[in-house]
Amino acid sequence: MTGKDVREAIISILVDIAPDEDVSSINDQDNLRDQIDLDSMDFLDIVMELRKRFNIEVPEKDYGQLATMASCVTYLEPLLKDRQLAG
Amino acid sequence: MENQLSPEQRIVITGVGLTAPNGNNLKDFRKSLLEGKSGVQKFETRYMGEVPAGVCDFDELKYQKRKVLRRGTRAGSVSIYCAQEAVQDAGWDMDAMDRSRIGVYIGVTEHGNVETENEVHNISQYDYDVKYWSHHHNPRTVANNPAGEVTLNMKITGPHYTIGAACAAGNMGVIQGLQMLRLGEVDQALAGGISESIHTFGIFASFNSEGALARHEDPTKASRPFDKDRNGIVCSEGGCIYTLERLPDAEKRGAKIYGEIVGYAINSDAHDFILPEPVRQAECIRLALKKAGLEAGDMDILNTHSTATKLGDIQECTAIRSVFAGEKDVWINNTKSFIGHTMGAAGTLELAGNLPAFEDNWVHPTINLDKLDPDCALDNIVANEPKKLEVVNYIMNNSFGMFGINSVLIVKRFQG
Repeated sequence: MTGKDVREAIISILVDIAPDEDVSSINDQDNLRDQIDLDSMDFLDIVMELRKRFNIEVPEKDYGQLATMASCVTYLEPLLKDRQLAG
Repeated sequence: MENQLSPEQRIVITGVGLTAPNGNNLKDFRKSLLEGKSGVQKFETRYMGEVPAGVCDFDELKYQKRKVLRRGTRAGSVSIYCAQEAVQDAGWDMDAMDRSRIGVYIGVTEHGNVETENEVHNISQYDYDVKYWSHHHNPRTVANNPAGEVTLNMKITGPHYTIGAACAAGNMGVIQGLQMLRLGEVDQALAGGISESIHTFGIFASFNSEGALARHEDPTKASRPFDKDRNGIVCSEGGCIYTLERLPDAEKRGAKIYGEIVGYAINSDAHDFILPEPVRQAECIRLALKKAGLEAGDMDILNTHSTATKLGDIQECTAIRSVFAGEKDVWINNTKSFIGHTMGAAGTLELAGNLPAFEDNWVHPTINLDKLDPDCALDNIVANEPKKLEVVNYIMNNSFGMFGINSVLIVKRFQG
């Protein structure tokens, strides 16, 4: 997966767990929780979906790495580099 | 002579919110009941394939956002829909009300089976690795979930809880609301019962193992209380919540009053896990009459609990015969014949289907009654076609459940 693919994968997860939100205008540098309605349970949903879709385990100490779209991509890209984006 | 209560102790129904397999509001539900329209259909359930079931098609997004819908439970969603519809029907101005004085009391037959089965199925896709078990499981399965979801949705800060009482639970929710109003614990109550039961295969499988699951090639004919060819229960989902108020409060705001709850009773068989006991059922009926200060012959409509099991129907008929023998003006019907058994919703929903009789004087029938079982023969079963009465003043509603929990409500036409 490229960085662009990783971003797309994150967007796909956000669409599922925050279906009322417009994710098309997310600014990659700003905190996700400042832009869309995400609480701690939603955040755990993101972690769960990464586990289910990509078999990635995000340890609690790294949760901060998922704060912005840019930091998500930076954190996840090395972990997903050998994967293909589904579909 | 009917018991006289102080005005503050008189509790009235001022709003009805419901979803039934054959109607998503009281008007449509009543229309279906008078037109003989069943709400039972074929339904695919996990591991068991097709079964007859009562399925609701209310608009889940009318009062909930998609995210909250995804996070919560079907039971919560049914409860929110019913509570919101009831409030709208009652004309409550929530913004002008003290939300800490509203209580939410919801009867449930069971809660958590659906969500637990779903999670077990989910982790089965991951070799039963529990790290895939959802963090939503606990809030989805706590027993107060359906009532709690209502309070979150409607920003109600008064008490909320569910009342677990098997299939007597719907009436019990109403009784709880009435009692809390009489005690002065709350000023308004959202009270009733709900069910999401069709989304757990376990309830179908267990009734099947008991030999008590209805089967019929035409699902609309599967629920057939009192019929000789009945072969069991049709499981259904549904919900019904009433707004309950003290009479002076309702009158002060000029509320529409559907009826006054003048009698109720709860007792226990202390007899068996599942088999009902007609002697205790009859005692419960008599106790409700006594509390109301009424006689059996004062009732105009008796809405039965019978679920179309071989034995259960006979037992209720035995109880009814012992109390109502010789009463020629009490008309008997059964709502499950249309919608199946809506479990925790049954008491409230079935009573709701009869409340419009105070206005139109029609008794909705028991459908699918082609060959009356002689053991269920009662005077005045209204079979297959509705019956018009001169006037309907009192409706009795029976709801009984496993472990011999019995509940009876008596509602009176409101006369100001």
